[in-house]
Amino acid sequence: MVQLTLPKNSQMRTGKTWPKPEGATNLRTFRIYRWSPDDGENPRVDTYFVDMDNCGPMVLDALIKIKNEIDPTLTFRRSCREGICGSCAMNIDGGNHLACIFGMDEVKGDVNIYPLPHMPVVKDLVPDLTHFYAQHASIQPWLETKSNTPAKEWRQSIEDREKLDGLYECVMCACCSTACPSYWWNGDRYLGPAALLHAYRWIIDSRDEATGERLDDLHDPFKLYRCHTIMNCTKTCPKGLNPAKAIAQIKKLMVERVV
Amino acid sequence: MGYRTDYARVQNLGAAHEGVGHWWGQRISSLALIPLTPLFVIPFGRALGGGYEAILATYSGWGNALVAVAFLLVGFWHLAQGLQVVVEDYVPQKGPRMGLLLGNTLLCGAFALAGVFAILTILLRA
Repeated sequence: MVQLTLPKNSQMRTGKTWPKPEGATNLRTFRIYRWSPDDGENPRVDTYFVDMDNCGPMVLDALIKIKNEIDPTLTFRRSCREGICGSCAMNIDGGNHLACIFGMDEVKGDVNIYPLPHMPVVKDLVPDLTHFYAQHASIQPWLETKSNTPAKEWRQSIEDREKLDGLYECVMCACCSTACPSYWWNGDRYLGPAALLHAYRWIIDSRDEATGERLDDLHDPFKLYRCHTIMNCTKTCPKGLNPAKAIAQIKKLMVERVV
Repeated sequence: MGYRTDYARVQNLGAAHEGVGHWWGQRISSLALIPLTPLFVIPFGRALGGGYEAILATYSGWGNALVAVAFLLVGFWHLAQGLQVVVEDYVPQKGPRMGLLLGNTLLCGAFALAGVFAILTILLRA
């Protein structure tokens, strides 16, 4: 929903500036969003200094270093550290990225880190993705069949399998959906680019037998047609996928059904 | 605060099973306006400087009059569709949203009809 100003208890304040590491000559400044549900305080932006001579190249390396050596209360999600799990999605330098595969050399000046935009915050850099995951579940992301299960396998030609390239690689990090203004304003009803990309992945799967039902479920002014091809999703996708194109393909199939 | 699950919230009232007509209509009206806009604006612009008599002369012929009628109908249809999207995007409250959507349809329809009526009056009196 459109909200042009932050509520009073969400307005950001300048936080603590943590001491510089002793003896370090190559320092980098990190300004990181902090908020805890336990202290009743407003969100703040803390400043940290990281010794780049003793730090890996990725933003996640710096975050882990801060947590290990400076401030153990800093909270963020991370797991695979190689862009597969999608856990460490966050807003870095104004764009949504996976911290584990986003190099600090891609940021000029101070590194500003916030949680994914326009999502409820659980703590610090951890957003609440419950609704986002429920939207993914709602598109029934599995093979739907009505024919008798074949003795060996559901067969698929090489050409049909290739149609899934650029779709199956999505790791559900939520970078795209939380970069989409339509999702910001109407995220309660608009499914968002991630869920729609997954929906198209199953619509276009030659083995799936519920194509019509899937399109029926998406045929809605809010679920699908809040997409206005803004393309933030495609620009920000850390895996280089194109959710905007997948949504456009769904819209084309919708027209094919009536023209 | 309620106890509905997130899945139930996402499903909400289910799919409306409409939207493709609106989306397709926006594209068709956009394409139609590409030729209609210059065909309407050029004679209308020329007549504007010439006063009442020039307007009468421009729209007393079938060619300009038909283009003007088509432009007004397609243009206001396109405008209504575009404004509907703006309202749906940015007005979340049910009451204001319904009021604005109704007002949009009524006003765009009224302006289109008034324009068509004016053109036909000139044409049929000529």
